[in-house]
Amino acid sequence: MELTREEQAMLEGESGRATRKAMEILVTLGTIYGAERMVPVSSVQIAGVSYDNLGEAGLHFLTEMADGGGKARVLTTLNPAGMDIENREALGISAAFAEKQERVLKAFERMNVITTCSCTPYLFGNTPHYGEHIAWAESSAVCYANAVLGARTNREGGPSALATALTGVTPAYGYHLDVNRIPSITIQVDGEVTRSDEFGALGKAIGEKLEGLGGKAVPYIRGVRKASVEALKSFCASLATYGGTGLFHMEGVTPEAAQMSAPTALVVISPQDIGAAYQSLFDPTKNEVDFVTLGCPHLSIKEIARIAELLEGKVVKKEFWITTARPTKQIADRMGYTKIIEASGAKFAADTCCVVAPIKGRFNVMATDSAKACYYAYAKNKFKTVLKPFDQVVEEATR
Amino acid sequence: MKLRGRKIYPGLVEGEALVTSMGISFFGGVDPDTGVVVEKDHELEGQSIAGKVLVFPTGKGSTVGSYTLYRLKHNGLAPAAVINAECETITAVGCIIAEIPCVDQVPIQEIKTGAKVLVYGEEGMVEVLT
Repeated sequence: MELTREEQAMLEGESGRATRKAMEILVTLGTIYGAERMVPVSSVQIAGVSYDNLGEAGLHFLTEMADGGGKARVLTTLNPAGMDIENREALGISAAFAEKQERVLKAFERMNVITTCSCTPYLFGNTPHYGEHIAWAESSAVCYANAVLGARTNREGGPSALATALTGVTPAYGYHLDVNRIPSITIQVDGEVTRSDEFGALGKAIGEKLEGLGGKAVPYIRGVRKASVEALKSFCASLATYGGTGLFHMEGVTPEAAQMSAPTALVVISPQDIGAAYQSLFDPTKNEVDFVTLGCPHLSIKEIARIAELLEGKVVKKEFWITTARPTKQIADRMGYTKIIEASGAKFAADTCCVVAPIKGRFNVMATDSAKACYYAYAKNKFKTVLKPFDQVVEEATR
Repeated sequence: MKLRGRKIYPGLVEGEALVTSMGISFFGGVDPDTGVVVEKDHELEGQSIAGKVLVFPTGKGSTVGSYTLYRLKHNGLAPAAVINAECETITAVGCIIAEIPCVDQVPIQEIKTGAKVLVYGEEGMVEVLT
């Protein structure tokens, strides 16, 4: 790889040992993937924040990087942590876990990373524009940034995203290059999808088709006439989870679609395919639902307003977590939504979510509107899952 | 026999090869507190990778796997070196942060379990001694 003088200096340790380690990671990845040079980025999103996923090793590494003088050079935000930083006891998170989680956040803070703790940084302040080079981890946000915003990022892991934060550059390969953003397969969606849960099922149906074709393909999706921000965030999360997809184009919806032509290779997604994907996440179990959650990815303020409307004057009878980012929660506080929701017995879980919180063994059957949440509930926590429309999930909690 | 490949992380070590034709997922697939492969139905299930020159085609699974290599190193249970056919992000980053010599683009079918091998990380070369 050809490095600038400044990049070479970082590699030789002139900015300290953490920055040196960061540059070693980036140069090696660049070499593996055939990058010719680095590209400067303006935004980073780091995953691997929950102590439940990081463990002692991750905490040790992050502390070493902070001790080694690492400082973020560009706007850098964080994925959800394993707990609500201000409300852990109500959610049943142990003091021992909280102590470790706080040390993880402290290490990031020392490196000048903004401790947002959310998977939807694009909803509040880390919102890259069209064509902007960025380095994001968090697969759902990668997909959203590439496809919906038209920014450019590879699917980073926690350490590689941190490495870019500390150096301000990423190797120019993959989705940073025009040639790799061209679609190779057309996905024709037959049938209407409108709600977030349906978009999640659609993401699973398409993701599994792409996975079956060997993955890596950039799909050009037709037949979806319109999609809200909430629908797209659900779709991106699901497509990334089930297909490993980091970029798609959607005719009439995403910005780069108009520059692309539909590839001749065609896959049709029928209403039956979407229905089958939906059914696969609905366990017709006799066990009662004992955990209800909304907010994977983190809820928008519009979604929280809807929950407040549905819960006004009602009483929740099951453990019900409403997961969102702290800034969104603060708007909900101001609007009085929090008061209504908490009066029902439902719990806000800001800064965290059902995917990364340490809840294994606590519940048996989870109800949600999120196809991604279903995947991790089963894979990580062995919960049975019940996928339902948003409004019906709220209703389930009151039953 | 000398096998030429590519440097991923430098370092010169000699060790005994442990070879598999299957990919390895470090997160969930290797117990960081014992160094034993725990992935169900893996060729290496039940075997320890500690101190071995670990030879496998490529890594797979969660990116948190990089931290598993780091943790193995701190527990004194890391492989002495890693040899891949094609290295990917998880293994590469894991070897860099754990400082484990790593070479890829090596014809790994030429290496058999139990063979004594010398890994020249910097040169991107592997020498099979026995």
